[in-house]
Amino acid sequence: MRILRAIFGHGSGRIGGAIVCVYLLIAVLGLLGLTPHNPITQYRIDRLHAPSATYWMGTDLFGRDVASRLMAGIGQSFTVAFFSVAFATLAGTVLGLAAAWLGRRWDGVVMRVMDVLLAFPAILLALLIVTVAGPGTWTSVVAIGIVYTPIFTRVVRGPALSLKAREFVDAARTFGSSSSYIVTRHLLLNLVAPLTVQVTLALAWALLTEAGLSFLGLGTQPPAASLGLMLSDSRNLMETAPWLMIFPGLAIMISILGFNLLGDALRDILDPRMRRAFA
Amino acid sequence: MTPLLSVSDLRVGFGRDPRANEVVRGVSFDVADGETLAIVGESGSGKSVTALSINRLIDFGGGRITGGAIGLKRANGTVLDLAGAGEAQLTGIRGAEIGMIFQEPMTSLNPVLTIGTQIEESFRLHRGLTGRQATVAARDALDRVRIPDAARRLKYTPNQLSGGMLQRVMIAIALACNPRLLIADEPTTALDVTVQAQIMALLAELKRETGMSVIFITHDIGLVAGIADKVMVMQNGQAVEQGELNQILDSPRHPYTQHLLRDVPHFASGRATRADGRREKSENRQPALKVDGLVVRFPLKSNFFSRATGAVHAVDGVDFDLMPGETLAIVGESGSGKSTTAKAVLGLVRSTRGSFSVGNAPAERNVRPVQMVFQNPYASLNPRLTIESILAEPVIAAGGRVDTATRARMASLLDRVGLPMNSLQRYPYEFSGGQRQRLCIARALMLNPSVVVLDEAVSALDVSVQAKVLELLVNLQREYGLAYLFISHDMAVVERIAHRIAVIYAGQIVEIGDAASVLSRPRHSYTRKLISAVPAIDRRHEHFEIDTRQVPSLVRPRGFEPTPARWERFGGDHMARVEA
Repeated sequence: MRILRAIFGHGSGRIGGAIVCVYLLIAVLGLLGLTPHNPITQYRIDRLHAPSATYWMGTDLFGRDVASRLMAGIGQSFTVAFFSVAFATLAGTVLGLAAAWLGRRWDGVVMRVMDVLLAFPAILLALLIVTVAGPGTWTSVVAIGIVYTPIFTRVVRGPALSLKAREFVDAARTFGSSSSYIVTRHLLLNLVAPLTVQVTLALAWALLTEAGLSFLGLGTQPPAASLGLMLSDSRNLMETAPWLMIFPGLAIMISILGFNLLGDALRDILDPRMRRAFA
Repeated sequence: MTPLLSVSDLRVGFGRDPRANEVVRGVSFDVADGETLAIVGESGSGKSVTALSINRLIDFGGGRITGGAIGLKRANGTVLDLAGAGEAQLTGIRGAEIGMIFQEPMTSLNPVLTIGTQIEESFRLHRGLTGRQATVAARDALDRVRIPDAARRLKYTPNQLSGGMLQRVMIAIALACNPRLLIADEPTTALDVTVQAQIMALLAELKRETGMSVIFITHDIGLVAGIADKVMVMQNGQAVEQGELNQILDSPRHPYTQHLLRDVPHFASGRATRADGRREKSENRQPALKVDGLVVRFPLKSNFFSRATGAVHAVDGVDFDLMPGETLAIVGESGSGKSTTAKAVLGLVRSTRGSFSVGNAPAERNVRPVQMVFQNPYASLNPRLTIESILAEPVIAAGGRVDTATRARMASLLDRVGLPMNSLQRYPYEFSGGQRQRLCIARALMLNPSVVVLDEAVSALDVSVQAKVLELLVNLQREYGLAYLFISHDMAVVERIAHRIAVIYAGQIVEIGDAASVLSRPRHSYTRKLISAVPAIDRRHEHFEIDTRQVPSLVRPRGFEPTPARWERFGGDHMARVEA
């Protein structure tokens, strides 16, 4: 509650929060099929129809309604983004905590593997994984999840190492507290703030990566809609039907703007040094 | 004659509306040429803000001067009001006419530049010296602050020098341009007592040599007795009392000054030790804690593959015993091994050798009879847990449950340490430093320990809070028959709480015995040095001796064993190591 109120009081947080809320609503409608038209029905006579009262954002080469496809695509892209970030958060937190807590050899092994993963550009690594595993929604989730795991591992490991050296952890050891108690109560609980910020920002990257994969034909498979796929389809029609490119492009841009604004706001709000200003 | 500095009705505020958030509310004082003014107060009293306003560094900390005047007599005799001066004018005054040294010498210097470069910078900016000339000037500056082997030390980076050395470098920089006023903001608070004594001696000597005026900010009124001419006591942004040193110390008028002088622990050379609970001669009780031949070594490896080439002998053969209801204070300087001893007793560091036995330990499993209270009450409580979860932790760790009995114990302990009943659902940040330390004490007592290790448990607290927490500790000790292992560098505090004192130096106990006896008649040369360095109210305008003896390195080659100690006894319960 306190955080929600703080987001509302924060300039860019308000804008970012509003954008994200609107997108969530659209995504839910898109996933439930509550769109103006069926996103995969082809209205042959209305091929490449410009935006009008019937087709708010026009139709594509096959006469499918762009607005409906956009809604379904946002639903699809958000699903992939949420699951892949959830995967990355979970894996990254576990690996980061393990590296920090166990230290020594574990730390070395985990972090070197993460360094190797980080050495690849995000989209290239995702492409590699999808190529090996075959395209599809759930392989993109896993691929994008793996790509962002090292970032979460680093975000968790650094603060966890410094928390581990704090006196309250020493104090817990003097009581004889178990490792699992210390890790969950003293480390994880104090990592909630940086993780929240990271999750918000990672959602933006994941959306972008999903769009990239679909654009290259390795993410969502046609006829299902996805933002990247729609952009890809619009490539050859840029001059004749610019709406095919403009709407999905804007949709991607605004969603990423929204998540970034929200992430920045959360970073300000959850920073302990700023705590008093927003409390 | 106009004074060098004349501050009248100074008001300083912070935030968007500085007038509404005033931290300094109408302070007036004068500093004459060659005079030392001490500003004394606790944290939040506005003493540092007052000092930072004089050279207007406060502007960079978000503060604004909302009223009053700061008249500085310049070298040519004109008086400049610093409160209204522009930034360009101020840049010429900072460093050249007003020098400043800060509390933390370790963070006041840039870690990547050599100290030579940093001293030369001051000469370059204010005197226009360059190249060879600047280097020579920097070497002279280091000589002046008595740093041996100055030419070589110029090439050192800050991490290669000790805290005391760094503070000397800071003084050298501050004095590079012969300022007529030096502002020293708690310059010795972060340093050991013997180093503090060296820095104080240096400041006193430099003052005599140069005839500069000094504004000395401190929370320790005992320290002031050594060097101040005048004292100003601050509380809540106001100067509650100011006057000549002797007048303030001997006949304080304001109740707060009286409180500072009377209730706060001051060192009294063993006259203020506790009268209760002295160790009986023919005692045959089981000790609460017995430590026998404790050795803690940290192996040093020159690289990953080779075997250890040597070891840091942090603790090298420490024995003592601790009776129920007794306080043994372990005193020593940083790096002497006192905290490592405590951590080894608690199992936080692994001891290389030696044995502990904890007497009359409860029969139940998992109950830890030794508990600890840490130095920093801000770091030793998890900020994300409620007080209830914090107090429950030792119980859960011991395999217990948070049930009615546990809650009742929490409530009674909270009440006992003087915290309100509604604390349980609150978070640590809602409490002050003193209250947090009370919470830490309550947490340590949750499991009914027989021994409590207090590692600098009151050092981070304000002086008047210190007194109250010490009183609480003494009362708890009487009530529960607790044995305290009290680790501290602060002799004044140790004197109030200890029954026995062990002086530790370079990992070994050099003197141990009855508190009054050790403090009033120290036998070992190190104990004498330590005690003579402690500032005390009754030592006024004392001539501090400059002693640059360094603590020996604790790094020893592999297989090194210290020579067994020979002890000399002095009376019933007092013995000291025979010096070579």
